[in-house]
Amino acid sequence: MLRFVRLCGRLTLSTLREMGRMGIFLGTTLVDIFRPPLQGGQLVRRIYFIGSRSLLLIVFTGAFTGMVVALQGYIALRRFGGEEALGPMVGLSLIRELGPVLSALMITARAGSALTAELGIMRITEQIDALEVMALNPIKYLVVPIFLAACITFPLLNSVFVTVGIYGGYIVGVELLGGSSGAYFTQMSSAADSSDIWMGVYKSLSFGVIVAWVSCFKGFYAAHGAEGVSHATTQSVVMCAVLILVWDYFIGSVLV
Amino acid sequence: MIRLVNVCKSFGSQQVLSGLNLDIPDRAVYVVVGVSGAGKSCLLKHLIGLMRPDSGQVWIDDIEITSLGRRALNRVRNRFGMLFQGGALFDSMSVYDNVAFPLREKTRKSEAEIRDKVHERLFQVGLAGVDAKFPSELSGGMRKRAALARSLVSDPEVLLFDEPTTGLDPIRVNAIHRLILDLHQLLGFTAVVVSHEIPAVFSLATHIAMLHGGAIVESGPPSALQASDNPIVRQFMSGQLEGPIDVY
Repeated sequence: MLRFVRLCGRLTLSTLREMGRMGIFLGTTLVDIFRPPLQGGQLVRRIYFIGSRSLLLIVFTGAFTGMVVALQGYIALRRFGGEEALGPMVGLSLIRELGPVLSALMITARAGSALTAELGIMRITEQIDALEVMALNPIKYLVVPIFLAACITFPLLNSVFVTVGIYGGYIVGVELLGGSSGAYFTQMSSAADSSDIWMGVYKSLSFGVIVAWVSCFKGFYAAHGAEGVSHATTQSVVMCAVLILVWDYFIGSVLV
Repeated sequence: MIRLVNVCKSFGSQQVLSGLNLDIPDRAVYVVVGVSGAGKSCLLKHLIGLMRPDSGQVWIDDIEITSLGRRALNRVRNRFGMLFQGGALFDSMSVYDNVAFPLREKTRKSEAEIRDKVHERLFQVGLAGVDAKFPSELSGGMRKRAALARSLVSDPEVLLFDEPTTGLDPIRVNAIHRLILDLHQLLGFTAVVVSHEIPAVFSLATHIAMLHGGAIVESGPPSALQASDNPIVRQFMSGQLEGPIDVY
């Protein structure tokens, strides 16, 4: 019994310690964002890495997500004779929910894991220490550009995901299953308003911060050689995915 | 002058430095030897503020650095250079960009001035003509020399060497030692070298100290260490398994 209590205590303390370190890391990064100079070259490089190189994946997954939603939605709506509601169903589910969440999960899998591994390798090969020895701030130099790039690219990739998804839904719902082309877009535009669009933007922006924060933190403090980097990368992806889903619920409740 | 006063450092229950005292005079080549895991790299990281002691003081001239904030510490770090064990070259940059990096980030020099300085340092370490290569394309010895060029490019007053010859064959060990000595004579920096290359370091050092059990057990000119009666020093020098040093 005593051993169990001790174990619980140790786990609680280590979790609190980790949360404290993550909080300090986020606070330091947010302060450093406003400290000049801006690492313009690094920012462009990170936007290219997170954004441009994820584009094909986002287009592909966005198209098939829209197609699946349209297919399943059409089958369900036909039972009630409500095929005309297919457009709003595809549009709203993509704009409010599936677009931000799935695009964030895809970027986590492609870019978040790579960022953790990159920073982790820089840590274990003492490249981050080398920056400190040169009197440069490694958070300013390495982490801030990733944060800014994530804040720029996540909403943009989300908009690509949603747009492609809506057209994917159109191909299945209208072209393949014979729904009404006019009703698809007309009903969608009358059902969705700017608050839905803003919800998607807020969500993808906050997911960008979560992914950049967790990926950078895990990589920045990776330890114990190659195994440590591998462990940090796995932890980073799992934690990003869980936090995205949990935060999605909370932000959805607030912005409903 | 660099001075460590009663420095203690532990990681969890493991005490690495326990009341360490050390004086490093200006323009010396000060070599710290000791068995693997004795805390030599840890000692080096205390000199530049990469680690802070649990207790004790680290003085760089008249500045006590353990209590400094980031900005003040960076002013001290600007006087230092460090050659890491694995080189710590940025693997996404070419050799040229690696060496130019401190100048681009910390000075307002023109690209032409930077180019001249980088080529001068690469020539001095025997790496002229490898500007465009990436660290992964270099041999171990070349990586160390490229990292040395990078640490020298800012003209540091003090250069720290963390096992600069680890993983190199005996000929390249001597070549790196010769290079350090030549550059020390040419540029006049203070060198603090952490190594366990016995006896090769005797030709390099002006001063030598042995770290064991978290403290300096013997220090002085190389001849004094070679003639020491201390059984720990004698076992380390001879490499014998039997003695006061617990091998396993």
